[in-house]
Amino acid sequence: MNTLADGDWHRLHPASPLLRGGIFVFAVLGFVIANLRERVTEFFFRIPREPGDPLDEIYQRGAVGWALLAVAVILIVILVAFTLSWRMHTFRVGEESVEVRSGILFRSHRQARLDRIQGVNIVRPLIPRLFGAAKLEVSVAGQDANVQLAYLGSALADGLRRDILRLASGARQPRAATPTDADQNPTLDAGTEPLIGSDAAAGTDAMHGYGPATAPATLAGPVDARRSVLGDFANARVGEFLAPELDPDAAPPESVVRIPVLRLIGSIICSGFTLFVIVAVGVLVTSVLSGSTGWLLIALFPGLVASVGYYFSRITKSLRYSIAGTPDGVRVGFGLLTTSNETLPPGRIHAVGVSQPVLWRPFGWWQISINKAGHSTNDGAAGQAATTILPVGSAADVEKVLALVLPGFSGPEQSALIDRGLRSRGGADGFTNAPRRAAWLRPFSWRRTGYAISGGVAVLRRGVLARDLVFVPLARLQSVAIHQGPIRRRLRLATARLHTVTGPVTASVGVIGVDEAERLFESIAAGAIESAVSDTSHHWNRTVEVTP
Amino acid sequence: MSDYRDTDTGAVPDAPPTVDAGAVPDAAPAVDTAPALPPSDDGVRLDLTTVNEWHRVSPKYVMVEIVGTVIFLVIVCAVAGFLWLALDQTWAAVVGGALALITLVSLAFEPRRVRSIGYQLRADDLLFRRGIMYQRFVSVPYGRMQLVDITRGPVARWLGLADLKFVTAAAASAVSIPGLAEVDAEALRDRLVELAESRRAGL
Repeated sequence: MNTLADGDWHRLHPASPLLRGGIFVFAVLGFVIANLRERVTEFFFRIPREPGDPLDEIYQRGAVGWALLAVAVILIVILVAFTLSWRMHTFRVGEESVEVRSGILFRSHRQARLDRIQGVNIVRPLIPRLFGAAKLEVSVAGQDANVQLAYLGSALADGLRRDILRLASGARQPRAATPTDADQNPTLDAGTEPLIGSDAAAGTDAMHGYGPATAPATLAGPVDARRSVLGDFANARVGEFLAPELDPDAAPPESVVRIPVLRLIGSIICSGFTLFVIVAVGVLVTSVLSGSTGWLLIALFPGLVASVGYYFSRITKSLRYSIAGTPDGVRVGFGLLTTSNETLPPGRIHAVGVSQPVLWRPFGWWQISINKAGHSTNDGAAGQAATTILPVGSAADVEKVLALVLPGFSGPEQSALIDRGLRSRGGADGFTNAPRRAAWLRPFSWRRTGYAISGGVAVLRRGVLARDLVFVPLARLQSVAIHQGPIRRRLRLATARLHTVTGPVTASVGVIGVDEAERLFESIAAGAIESAVSDTSHHWNRTVEVTP
Repeated sequence: MSDYRDTDTGAVPDAPPTVDAGAVPDAAPAVDTAPALPPSDDGVRLDLTTVNEWHRVSPKYVMVEIVGTVIFLVIVCAVAGFLWLALDQTWAAVVGGALALITLVSLAFEPRRVRSIGYQLRADDLLFRRGIMYQRFVSVPYGRMQLVDITRGPVARWLGLADLKFVTAAAASAVSIPGLAEVDAEALRDRLVELAESRRAGL
């Protein structure tokens, strides 16, 4: 049994409650150590201590028995609660949906349809990662509408993601054949308690990455075997920890975009936050030089120290960044200590925005964000929203990423359009631009404010200092609107807006000639209907199956 | 408030005309009522040339708007009066007076504003327009419908009116057709749901 997506109920990693309550456990440990620190230093360094810590108090009052009893009761309660919560937390991945049941007193049962999946995210926070566990999150559209499986064995999480995406894609044949599943299913379903059945049959062994080795060894194995098992365990963990972030055979290498470390650091330094830090340092230095009182120092210095931490965490979070095209969609992975990688199946991206802050212009760097319907609860790279899929990249990287996120939008015409969209200064360049009279409202950028429609995608361009290029796949467009207020009426102009799901990208053309606006309205409304009819991305692989 | 020839609610209350408007999008409009408003002297108004007849909302809806505006006016006057007379804040009188004046002026435009609200069911999308000073045209493909809401405020219920709201996954779509006769609103809702079912698209 090498898949979890067999339609039966399964349990999570046995250490899940502990890992989920990780911070709490550490807080308790920290509290205990803080209270007994003198005893600890005495124990390790033979430094004599002052009497009177909590343990002395207990001893002097003759309450040792009670204290031990209390500790035992607390431990038992925690153990029982953890075991219960683990036993009650089960999940099932079937042909149509993924379901999770959890809770001891307040039971909850959540079910998500597979063809509605907006993304599958695997996150490995540092500590669970050390234990070889990973969190799998299936996002569907809606607020707080994610199905979270925390935690699973690392390899199992990868396998489960593969299976979920395969089922969601509509391809009925497993890519790696697993004939045993079909044989096992009926017997397990027949049982009144398939949960217990499957568990007894498969045991924790098959379910959790390290189970098969440790369980028998600790019970019966001789010391040698145990040591080798421990060694294997450690080796497996280290191997996993150092493994390349992206599985080499998951995606063709030419589709992979990575960010050089220097560029990453440069891009973070050339941000608005740096300007703020520079201003703060300037204020600090002048105040110290002019010999004024120290209150400014007190006010600003901690902030400056904290900003170092901010830079550090942003950089570590986006180290090892990669974005790649897999058969099941775009895969975005990043993180040095806590790693995260999310797969966005085709057709889940509602708008793509390519933008360039002013400070990045000399370097030719761009950033790409997207609008999507499902929102992972985890942060994206560099502590930014998970909607930033390329934190920084060159124009060539932008083109590669756009080819991944807009699958139908590739070809010489489109490529030229992207290039002109990014760099052209305006004029007759394939975009329908604003007329000259728009200079009253957009004195600098009117030449670059325009739109184009190509290959089922609307391309909107704006901005001349900080440049912006927005792509909206018409198959995902929700509605289109044109507006006109009194000022634009006088100038024979209008505003056009393309409505997509909420996100960082707003698709609008701020100024456009009235006739042109009406043409845009009609052609985009017609294009949206046409693209939606031919769109099959909710089961992105099913067409392959139907055609032969 | 003289010409309401293009309001469908008064003409055929029992058979909502919405149903056939979507089915025959190519039929030549019998009466081209789209430019319900005289073209302004300067500048160019937004207008869609290829459209059929706009369905207008019930003229009674003006009443709902007027009642709402009057209530707002009363609250503004009460607050401003209280601040001015009881707490001796002279600025409140100025601000309150200005607000009241603006509201009164906008009250005068209310009938025109209500007349500017229009919708039509085309073959594959719902077209909606509103506004005179600030014009807005929206096109929503039926397949993008997430749900249709019908709401009735107290005044609207008294007048037998209802508001219909067409909700998509984008909050900005904001297609809300106010002031429909209740039967029309329900017929339109059923028609929209039916159209959306036949043109179902993913999110």
